Amino acid sequence: MVLGRTLWKLIALKLFIIFAVLKLFFFSNFLEKNFHTDLERSAHVLDNLTRTPAPP
Amino acid sequence: MGNEILSTVNWSRAQFALTAMYHWIFVPLTLGLSFLIAFFESIYVKTGDESWKKLTKFWMTLFGVNFAIGVATGIIMEFQFGTNWSNYSWMVGDIFGAPLAVEGIFAFFLEATFFAVMFFGWQRASKGFHLFSTWMVAIGSNLSAVWILIANAWMQTPTAMAFNPDKARFEMQNFADIALSPNAVHKFTHTTSSAFLLASLFVMGISGLFMLQRRHLLMAQRSMVVAATLGLVASVFVAFNGDESAFHIAHRQPMKLAAMEGLYTGQDKAPIVAMGVINMSKKPGDDLPAFYQEVKVPGMLSLLANRDFNSYVPGINDLVYGNPARGIVGAQQRMVSGKIAVAELGRYKTAKQNGDAATAASALALFNQNKEDLGYGYLNAPEEAAPPVGLVFYAFHIMVGLGTLFPIIFLAVLFFAFKGTLDSQRWLWWVCFGCLFLGYVASQAGWVVAEVGRQPWAIQGLLPVGVATTNIAASSVQTTFFIFLALFTALLIAEIGIMVKQVKIGPEE
Repeated sequence: MVLGRTLWKLIALKLFIIFAVLKLFFFSNFLEKNFHTDLERSAHVLDNLTRTPAPP
Repeated sequence: MGNEILSTVNWSRAQFALTAMYHWIFVPLTLGLSFLIAFFESIYVKTGDESWKKLTKFWMTLFGVNFAIGVATGIIMEFQFGTNWSNYSWMVGDIFGAPLAVEGIFAFFLEATFFAVMFFGWQRASKGFHLFSTWMVAIGSNLSAVWILIANAWMQTPTAMAFNPDKARFEMQNFADIALSPNAVHKFTHTTSSAFLLASLFVMGISGLFMLQRRHLLMAQRSMVVAATLGLVASVFVAFNGDESAFHIAHRQPMKLAAMEGLYTGQDKAPIVAMGVINMSKKPGDDLPAFYQEVKVPGMLSLLANRDFNSYVPGINDLVYGNPARGIVGAQQRMVSGKIAVAELGRYKTAKQNGDAATAASALALFNQNKEDLGYGYLNAPEEAAPPVGLVFYAFHIMVGLGTLFPIIFLAVLFFAFKGTLDSQRWLWWVCFGCLFLGYVASQAGWVVAEVGRQPWAIQGLLPVGVATTNIAASSVQTTFFIFLALFTALLIAEIGIMVKQVKIGPEE
């Protein structure tokens, strides 16, 4: 079935782009990547919350 | 430095909006068309008429195309939480974790399992089990949507949580209170019924095209009648729970309601603006007129907001500057307590780091007294508490205007079908075809109202968007914005191309 093959190819290509390209190279989790423990992450967020913010 | 941060915030906003709007092109058709297909197949099983099976399989093909293109487009928003919105994602992790995990489980186990039977099981499964599978895909996909809507509802009206100042997180206190909050219930019912409405317009639109091309006439008319019936029922639900949503918004997000109606000055017997040209230059507190032109219906906004024709509805100025005579605390006053909350949170943090228990205790006490207005402490001016009024106003009125038009179209289709003259109403086929696109406009407009209307808040009253973002370079967000734009545009072109081809092929004869 031609349509089915086309859709499966599209799905595979899309998932590859999303998970193997975008996630790996552009969308690292900032807190996971830059801090090692939950204590460090919460300290970082707390620093941001208690610093003068940018206007919305 | 300030401009760089602002640029990051705005590019992050733009990227999330882009992803969400693209995702929302595919999702409502999945939610609604799955139910229409279930109805079509039920008619086939009931009647044993093979032409209904062919009809079902045709719409199922289009459903499959939309599903294949749309699947996993939502996951990119979760990626963005971790990259662009790290402060926000950390703070809400305890609240969002459960609903998003359940969404994944429902989508994977329920929907995907029965999806396989629905698509590939025509020759392998019994009629009854196949029909059951089709219904389970419809139910499963809609139940998947519940969880992300619960999460969104919580952002708009945060409830049943406690802020942990040591972990900088909101911690869930009661899952049921979050899942069954009035906003969550309204959001789910309004969103899913609007999806049924969109799918009905989709089916009617393509059926109208077949009628115009004088192809598959019986199938087109049958599809139109079933779709118009579901669409009409869905319209009633959309109107009912839209009204409930607005009543709820009036009490929990009054600024959003004021923006929806361009109401700067609060009043008794507040009118609804049926249509108008809003003054985009007007700002809170100035003397400019709110509208260049407007057509108002007196008292209707008071009725909508408070179920009381004569009641007072606060305007944007009330909510920004306060109105003591009406007992309205404005953003101006909330900023005072908010800034105390922010300062005391900082003092608590420093005291804990220094091991100063006494200072930490006093700081925590003062923080707790003022924490309800924490988000206001981050605003630089009270006017920042108002969302972009023009965009919210026009999006709301486009949505309501189209939502009023659609049931008229459904009724027209059913009227002429009842009279037996549907196959000679060429003007109606054109209208149906046109409404296919208008359905998407109304659908997107609704989300613009919901999400632009809650600005400047990522979490209403507690966390503005400007504090929710990650401190990363605007250039990296810009790069991924344009990657998404290219990727989603390519996907959309692919979907439209494949859909058009399948519509040209049409159902089996």
